[in-house]
Amino acid sequence: MKMNLRVSAVAALGAAMIISGGAYAQANEQFVPVLVYRTGPYAPNGVPVANGFVDYLKLINARDGGINGVKLTWEECETGYATDRGIECYERLKGKGPTGATAFNPLSTGITYALTEKVGADKIPLFTTGYGRSESKDGSVFKWNFPFMGTYWVAADILVQHVTKKEGGADKMKGKKIALVYHDSPYGKEPIPVLQEHAKRLGFELLTLPVTHPGVEQKATWLQIRQQRPNYVFLWGWGVMNSTAMKEAIAVGYPRSQMFGVWWAGAEPDVLTADDAAKGYNAITLQHGAEKTTVHNEIIKHVHDKGQGTGEKKEIGQVLYNRGMISAMLVVEAVRSAQGKFGKKPLKGEEVRWGAENLKIDAARIKALGMEGMIQPIATSCADHEGAQKARIHSWDGDKWSFTSDWYQADEKVLGPMIAAASKKYAAEKNITPRDCSKE
Amino acid sequence: MLYREAGQFRTTYQADQQLFPIRQDRIAVLLLLAFAFAVVPLFASEYLFRAILIPFLILALTAIGLNLLVGYCGQISLGTGAFMAVGAYAAYNFAIRVPSLNLLLVFVLAGLVATVVGVLFGTPSLRIKGFYLAVATLAAQFFIDWLFARVGWFTNYTPSGSVTAPQLNLFGWTIDSPTEKYWLVLAIVCLIALAAKNLTRSAIGRAWMATRDMDVAAEIIGIRPIYAKLSAFAVSSFFIGIGGALWAFVHLGSWEPLAFDINRSFNLLFMIIIGGLGSILGAFLGAAFITILPLFLNQLPAWLGINVSTATISHMEFMIFGALIVFFLIVEPLGLARLWTIGKEKLRLWPFPH
Amino acid sequence: MNWGFLLEVILGGLMAGVLYSLVALGFVLIYKASGVFNFAQGAMVLFAALSLVRLMEHMPFLAAFVLTLAIMVLLAIGIERLVLRPLVNQAPIILFMATIGLTYFLDGFGQTIWGSDVYQLNIGMPKEPIIMAESLVNGGILVNKEDLYAALIAAILVAGLALFFQKTATGRALRAVADDHQAAQSVGIPLNRIWVIVWAVSGIVALVAGMVWGSKLGVQFSLSLIALKALPVVILGGFESVPGAIIGGLIIGVGEKLSEVYLGPYVGGGIEYWFAYVLALLFLLVRPEGLFGEKHIDRV
Repeated sequence: MKMNLRVSAVAALGAAMIISGGAYAQANEQFVPVLVYRTGPYAPNGVPVANGFVDYLKLINARDGGINGVKLTWEECETGYATDRGIECYERLKGKGPTGATAFNPLSTGITYALTEKVGADKIPLFTTGYGRSESKDGSVFKWNFPFMGTYWVAADILVQHVTKKEGGADKMKGKKIALVYHDSPYGKEPIPVLQEHAKRLGFELLTLPVTHPGVEQKATWLQIRQQRPNYVFLWGWGVMNSTAMKEAIAVGYPRSQMFGVWWAGAEPDVLTADDAAKGYNAITLQHGAEKTTVHNEIIKHVHDKGQGTGEKKEIGQVLYNRGMISAMLVVEAVRSAQGKFGKKPLKGEEVRWGAENLKIDAARIKALGMEGMIQPIATSCADHEGAQKARIHSWDGDKWSFTSDWYQADEKVLGPMIAAASKKYAAEKNITPRDCSKE
Repeated sequence: MLYREAGQFRTTYQADQQLFPIRQDRIAVLLLLAFAFAVVPLFASEYLFRAILIPFLILALTAIGLNLLVGYCGQISLGTGAFMAVGAYAAYNFAIRVPSLNLLLVFVLAGLVATVVGVLFGTPSLRIKGFYLAVATLAAQFFIDWLFARVGWFTNYTPSGSVTAPQLNLFGWTIDSPTEKYWLVLAIVCLIALAAKNLTRSAIGRAWMATRDMDVAAEIIGIRPIYAKLSAFAVSSFFIGIGGALWAFVHLGSWEPLAFDINRSFNLLFMIIIGGLGSILGAFLGAAFITILPLFLNQLPAWLGINVSTATISHMEFMIFGALIVFFLIVEPLGLARLWTIGKEKLRLWPFPH
Repeated sequence: MNWGFLLEVILGGLMAGVLYSLVALGFVLIYKASGVFNFAQGAMVLFAALSLVRLMEHMPFLAAFVLTLAIMVLLAIGIERLVLRPLVNQAPIILFMATIGLTYFLDGFGQTIWGSDVYQLNIGMPKEPIIMAESLVNGGILVNKEDLYAALIAAILVAGLALFFQKTATGRALRAVADDHQAAQSVGIPLNRIWVIVWAVSGIVALVAGMVWGSKLGVQFSLSLIALKALPVVILGGFESVPGAIIGGLIIGVGEKLSEVYLGPYVGGGIEYWFAYVLALLFLLVRPEGLFGEKHIDRV
């Protein structure tokens, strides 16, 4: 019985602490919630993203003393890539800091979908840099969502553009075959409508081959590829699924040079374990690749050399690290842009949302950020929450990623009507009256 | 000293067989209900509601359903997540396709659909036993996960396969604040717990328990195994289906098949084993333990002011969680509910145990 | 019908099946000797592979392999002392639960000490495919060399296990325990020691499985999820049967590949995961104790 009492005492203590939540002193601080996954099947990919994100926040504090004097604070919360855990994290972190959470980066398509339903009521913007719902680009309906720099629809469109160019023109695509090997989840299914649209338009055949989570066994999938011999394989995988795909591709003798991954299937963990099997493999990039520029040196100088680094030094400049870093940069820049209107003080989520919607990162600003060559200018508006629809292809040569194409611009003629239709459907389902963007 | 039944005489069978034969228990339960319905909403924060109480209640409800099957009827199931998914997607389809339907009716219908599916996947139990059955129920888990991911009709042809619950509306009352959701869930959970408790005390409950203890013997004394096992699958799936619908509509709001994957099934199984097999109270205790413990472990270092990396915390959380499961099994294999009973027995005699 | 391709699919299925068998063997060994359905087998595969790959960063393969073996034996002793012994005579479901607790513990423990990144494990497995019988069928029959090697390793392991079980005194004691705990104990076989040995052996099986799978996928958390692919194999073959694990693995491997390739396209694909379970379920309906499982007669 003694044990029972002790357990209940601990439980009571815990309950008391959970209930009391937290009373925070008013401070000149801007709180950034950081949703991460450092455990579970997707940890190898989740860790560098999280490290890049946090390192950038540390840099802003260490080098600039915060954003215009407003210090950044943050707290990590482990989601394990699970939706219910993500919701718990959201509820835990949304009210922290003097002004509440700045913006959420859920880092998972599932959590993005779930939070899309919640952020409106709490007035916190949802930043999904390079993932999330593709139709949430339409800010008139998705007021709180910001799929910055590119959605899966943009990725699918640009991949088709790239292979069309490789084939030598739209007329050459007729009768060609493209196989989409995808993670059987909302993430993997996102590109299908765009690819189907292109298949209809250009006359190529689209094979869709789902791979069940987590994707450790793909022999049957690749045997089908061997039999069907598609001209190109688009890989929409995540985590172990990518490196397994690489290995199975070599096992059936499918040339890696004809494989194109999405930007979540084009980072170091995906190719390193596959060893030589990945040589020649291509992936679309979310603008940036694996490069090191001024900002990385600053991070090394101000953060890592002072023993404050979040992860290992060798991660700096890797693809996923850069992705996390740029996600954090967009949060910081959104706050900065909002400060221009609301004053240099800790801002509420609602005010940050305005900042995110009026984000102007031009070439000069990119240079000032130390990200020259990594990204292209971003300009958001009420109607366009994405800010840029550009991407290029990079390829793995066995040691490193290097760019092998020019910039492409997503085809607004194809995507525009699709986004409009999808967001209209969502608005009808949810009884949302779209904002009139001409008045904003 | 307060907890003593001296002087409480039961003069009728009815009085002897009532749910809480001891007066103090009746008062305690009423007080608890009053506390849960009236007092909790007064002080609970939004975090407490949304991240702890609502998920706890829904999972407790689902655990009750599972406990009827595993704890009372002895049929191990690892397909709970799938039956929850059936409830969730059925509710979604009823709500989307027949918008005029009352919300409660939607939940009941969702439960009924889950019942049908549960009975379907329960039929192998007539032939397969023990761990073979447990693994066979995984067939349901993976098949149903796949079905909702692949067949567009179930998700109303949303391109991504992720669906969103419509607004909760009950007799013109829009349920959107955390307190309202909490009340809704609490009321449903209370009703179902009461129903489940009474079921287990009835003839059908006794048939289940006889089947659990020894199915051949039960058959010999005249219990039809097909009836006992399939009714257990049916009732359990009904509750689990409602639990799944609530989980999707009230807690998640937007979901995909992955929300009801195999981890959910295991999670629920932990709850009833830690809480106590064959106990309604155990389902609540287990759900509380499994829901709150990881959150507690996760936030503990922050409260203590220790600076540990998120990764280490999560790994430690796994380790402590696993170790605690083993520890509890060693200390009390019959679960928290058994500890509770022991405590009550002792309390009845306290302070003069002799 | 493209017969060459059909043959290829079947071959691919057989190879995949061998890999499942490797993991399934671990389940069977423990169930046979102690009646415990060891859910932690997947976690043990991950733990062994992680230990091996991280140790290999500091020492040659053989040394790391031996050291990992030692770790797995230590783990077995620890599990017997801390988990099994206090839970002796409990219901099977309680022991099953305990191994689930163990799974969580091992997952967390392994990642804490060894890290949660992807680690490349190179044990010299060839990657290139070979094409056979090109003259017979159009396009030839493609065989993956890596899979062939894996099958070879599995065959050696099974042969070794068979020798161990049939020819050594310990092996005989193990079989005696598997047949009847009480009878074995009454003739003087120490149950506790047998359990340590069995867990150690299944730890070694886990190490081999982890090595083969790890070389294929890279050593990372997902390795622990392979257990889910081995479960249908175990129930199809029967919980108590080593040959059952092998043959079950082959049936499941071939069945799921054939289903995915030939049925999948009609229903949208991605069916192999559940098909394996449904296949096992269908077998169970005919033989409720698996193909080679022992028939239990229920007595009142």
